Amino acid sequence: MSILTNKTTSGRGLPRQRAKRPVEPIFYLFLLPSLLLFTLAITVPAIIGIFFSFTDSIGIGDWKFVGLTNYVAIFGDPAILQSYLFTFGFSLVTVIAVNVVAFLLAVGLTSRIRMKSALRTVFVIPMVVSGIIIAYVFNFLFSNSLPAAGAAAGIPWLESSLLANPDLAWIAIVLVTAWQAVPGALLIYIAGLVAVPGDVYEAADIDGASKFQQLVKITLPLVAGYVVINIILGFKGFLNAYDIIVGLTNGGPGTSTRSIAMTVIAGFNGGDYAYQMANATIFFVVAILISLVQLSLTRGRNAL
Amino acid sequence: MTNQATIETEARQTKPRTAVGRSRSAAGVKPERANWSGTAILLLCAVTVLLPLYVTVSMAFKTQGQAVDGNAFSFPAPFSLDGFVQAWTLTNFPVGAAMSLLVTAGTVVATIILAAFASYAIVRNWERKLFRYSFFYLLAAMFIPFPVVALPQIQLTGRLGLDNPFGVILLATMFQLSFSVLLFTAFLRSIPMELEESARIDGATTWQTFWKLIFPLLAPMSATVGIFAFLYAWNDFMMPSLIISDPALQTLPVRQNLFQTQFSNNYHVSFASYLMAMAPAIVAYLFTQRWVMAGVTQGAVKG
Repeated sequence: MSILTNKTTSGRGLPRQRAKRPVEPIFYLFLLPSLLLFTLAITVPAIIGIFFSFTDSIGIGDWKFVGLTNYVAIFGDPAILQSYLFTFGFSLVTVIAVNVVAFLLAVGLTSRIRMKSALRTVFVIPMVVSGIIIAYVFNFLFSNSLPAAGAAAGIPWLESSLLANPDLAWIAIVLVTAWQAVPGALLIYIAGLVAVPGDVYEAADIDGASKFQQLVKITLPLVAGYVVINIILGFKGFLNAYDIIVGLTNGGPGTSTRSIAMTVIAGFNGGDYAYQMANATIFFVVAILISLVQLSLTRGRNAL
Repeated sequence: MTNQATIETEARQTKPRTAVGRSRSAAGVKPERANWSGTAILLLCAVTVLLPLYVTVSMAFKTQGQAVDGNAFSFPAPFSLDGFVQAWTLTNFPVGAAMSLLVTAGTVVATIILAAFASYAIVRNWERKLFRYSFFYLLAAMFIPFPVVALPQIQLTGRLGLDNPFGVILLATMFQLSFSVLLFTAFLRSIPMELEESARIDGATTWQTFWKLIFPLLAPMSATVGIFAFLYAWNDFMMPSLIISDPALQTLPVRQNLFQTQFSNNYHVSFASYLMAMAPAIVAYLFTQRWVMAGVTQGAVKG
């Protein structure tokens, strides 16, 4: 033990470079499988994709370089534009809905209620359910049960299926996506609320602040960091929306609820390989920009 | 060593509890009654969570006649297992379940092992450029959405003969790797070097140190990483539907699209099938919920 202590103390005194011990070969073996597989599974496909976005390839057979033709065409393509508008609009509405509901539920679940742990257990269930399958279940409810209820209640716009209406189908997608995304945000908010010390509320009580004032003026500012995290995590996830939309509307009616991911994937069957790879490359750049915003917003939040 | 891991585990598990208890007692300086109206509102909200699940269960146990009568919320009368019997053969459930199990087990094991290996090498050689850059390289997948690389991956897996569950295991593992390496490295940095050094003095090789000391210490993080990999691999539709080319090798979630095209009016069959595909994840969650809840919080904090 004493030898070892000596070694570390003397090592600390030496210049940094000499303190470097040779790397044990086994560490390369530990790292290598991950690096190799990652390169094969992610990096190589990404490079291939970006490469072919500058060609006229249909996925097989001959191809030639076409420069930026695909990119120029994308910016004038109404179908692509619509998928971006839909995806961003849907993500924005969903992220707001999820955070409002999750925050209020978290406040409720951390207050002095009965059956706290049972309720918490129930509220987290949607997170562990397969998106496509629960979308099929909701698909049934939206196309059969809800119209039946609408007819019984005499509400005309509810009498036909929400999913068959090009103007309203997105609402169904928001509802189901939110249904599944609330638990994740909820758990993060609970962690944030639990960390708020109880005595600030005590002080507020003494000062005569109402419960609502306490919520807005104390709780909300104190969990602001968690709000930021939830919004960013949620937004990033919703931009990739695929499973739930496939299960609910499959992009329809028409192409009114087609997400960016669905447009890209559809390119594989539609012979638009190179064109959709350009679309994917743009989507990739957008995803990176959003991640950079995330990093700059969350950096230095050591409290979290 | 194992003791230490268990203590760690227990500490992690009880943490949320004590924290809740503390806030309760702090708030309880002024004696207050339990919030019954709040409880009632939350119970009402819980109905919106349970309703679709109730419909799934009740529809699954109905007869065909009752399943198409237009009332989704009625209780099954009489109870019928017909839906399950038909779903079992229509979706070839045993094979689908086996494929889902294979993909899930493969992804969970591969993610934990590969991420733990890489993280250990990275943390212990952080002063080396190769290892430091590898860390950021592996993290990059968090910024790459699957749809972006999906098309070339479909081609590549097809060409390499990986257009089957094994290809899905490989890709799913790689997409889980970033997040898992992030969790493992954060945890490894908090393990004091002295522990390892005393193992070295006892003559243990790095390989032995990893398996006998480090890996057991990582157990709570492995649980978190494993649960996320499990939920992703078991529930995912997009990746298997695109990568696995032979329908006979498809996982359970992908098999359910059968009911969107054919048999679309046999609701009791489709819902029985949905239930069989969903139930394992829900049951697994009910047994590991404390880990799931802790995992989400940690993931958000470190991710």
